[in-house]
Amino acid sequence: MLRLPRLRYLRPATAGEAAASLSKLGSRAMFVAGGTDLFPNLKRRQFEPDTLVQVPPLKGVRRVDGHFEIGATVTLAEAAADPGLRAALPGFAEAAGLVSSPPLRNAGTVGGNLCVDTRCNYYNMTYEWRKSIGFCLKKDGDICLVAPSSPRCWAVSSSDTAPAAMVLGASVVLVGPDGERELPVAELYRDDGIEYLAKQPHEVVTAIRLPAPEGLLTAYVKLRRRGSIDFPLAGAAVALTLDGPIVTGCRIALAAVASHPLEVPEAGAFLAGKRLTDETISAAAELAAKPARPLDNADLTHFWRKKMVRVIVERAIRQAATPSTT
Amino acid sequence: MTQVRLQVNGAVREAEAWPGESLLYFLRERLGLFGSKNACEQGECGSCSVFFDGELVCSCLVLAAAAEGAQIVTVEGLEDDPVAARVREAMVAAGGVQCGFCTPGFVVAMTGLLRGNRHPSDLETREALSGNLCRCTGYVRIFEAVRRAGDALE
Repeated sequence: MLRLPRLRYLRPATAGEAAASLSKLGSRAMFVAGGTDLFPNLKRRQFEPDTLVQVPPLKGVRRVDGHFEIGATVTLAEAAADPGLRAALPGFAEAAGLVSSPPLRNAGTVGGNLCVDTRCNYYNMTYEWRKSIGFCLKKDGDICLVAPSSPRCWAVSSSDTAPAAMVLGASVVLVGPDGERELPVAELYRDDGIEYLAKQPHEVVTAIRLPAPEGLLTAYVKLRRRGSIDFPLAGAAVALTLDGPIVTGCRIALAAVASHPLEVPEAGAFLAGKRLTDETISAAAELAAKPARPLDNADLTHFWRKKMVRVIVERAIRQAATPSTT
Repeated sequence: MTQVRLQVNGAVREAEAWPGESLLYFLRERLGLFGSKNACEQGECGSCSVFFDGELVCSCLVLAAAAEGAQIVTVEGLEDDPVAARVREAMVAAGGVQCGFCTPGFVVAMTGLLRGNRHPSDLETREALSGNLCRCTGYVRIFEAVRRAGDALE
């Protein structure tokens, strides 16, 4: 039976205090927000901290100067249901609403989903399972069981909201023991299955800032086995602007095809200045799918997942552009 | 061990717990509330569903200590709830109960759904109950129970 390890649990009043606690305790401590990703991982002994530091309540979805500022502990359910977000940035609201299941979205947070642990079939298993097959690089072992000759870990970035935020040019607010800084979401991630976050471990995400210019069209399409619960097997986020039928700007980013959310600038650039037609949409989707490298470490076959990247990018472009083109 | 003091089903309940104990473990092992079931422990099955300040959550993914200050309602606390009463009757009438292990979690989730929406569409029902797994019924009779309970609430 899976049980949480015995842990010290701290509830600091402010983000600054939370950062100071983590800074003092070092790698023995971890932040917890909603806990929907962390607690299963702790039960499987994928992390072994002795202390959890609760991220204090950082609530509110506010519109300021053409931006949305979302508190890091706004739940995924709250973000998905927010009328302002749904109207202005449906792609982001949709991505939040497609994470896991209703009870987990009621607890899981926007900040937590941006920082969600990378996943792999050989990693997201109980301690006993991992021990029986031989431990992997990401935890307790020294080889990658997906690519045994690889010096690195290929666990998959599994955040739905990260690519949806990336295509908006969003940034996160980070609070450390010495103050606050803003970091573009595009720079929050590293191409490594283990050290997948570029922030300092003691920096806590306190908010996410989403630019929401007039006329921006957004969409997020998610691929998974079941219509709910599952982590993405791939995801396509699109943000585009149109001048009549002509695309004036387009950004596309993918979920779950690499160890980090993957922006595909070639595909967005290709569409700029063009009319949206079946041919241009299909060509852009082809370009977007090119750098996607799904590996044999998630549900369903990676050949099929790779093929489906093109399909979901097409769907996302069409969805974003509706009703302008279809 | 530390002392944990929670508001459960409208009453203050207090017990010793080790730090980091889950709310589910606390409800079952410290307070003797066995209605919330212990199954996947990973937030996939919904058999431990409770209301946390009115929101449906998996109690296996909440720390008991994090629930201090919140209002927790378990399936036991829904005994006199008019919506839950119609849900229970409808589950029996529609044959939505077989082995019964998932049933308390479903009753909590269905009550949450019908509180906000008496006549959810099939898609809304499927989405709202997607965090609850049943390995016996195939869901058809559970969805039928949602419709019957909604009608009975008119």
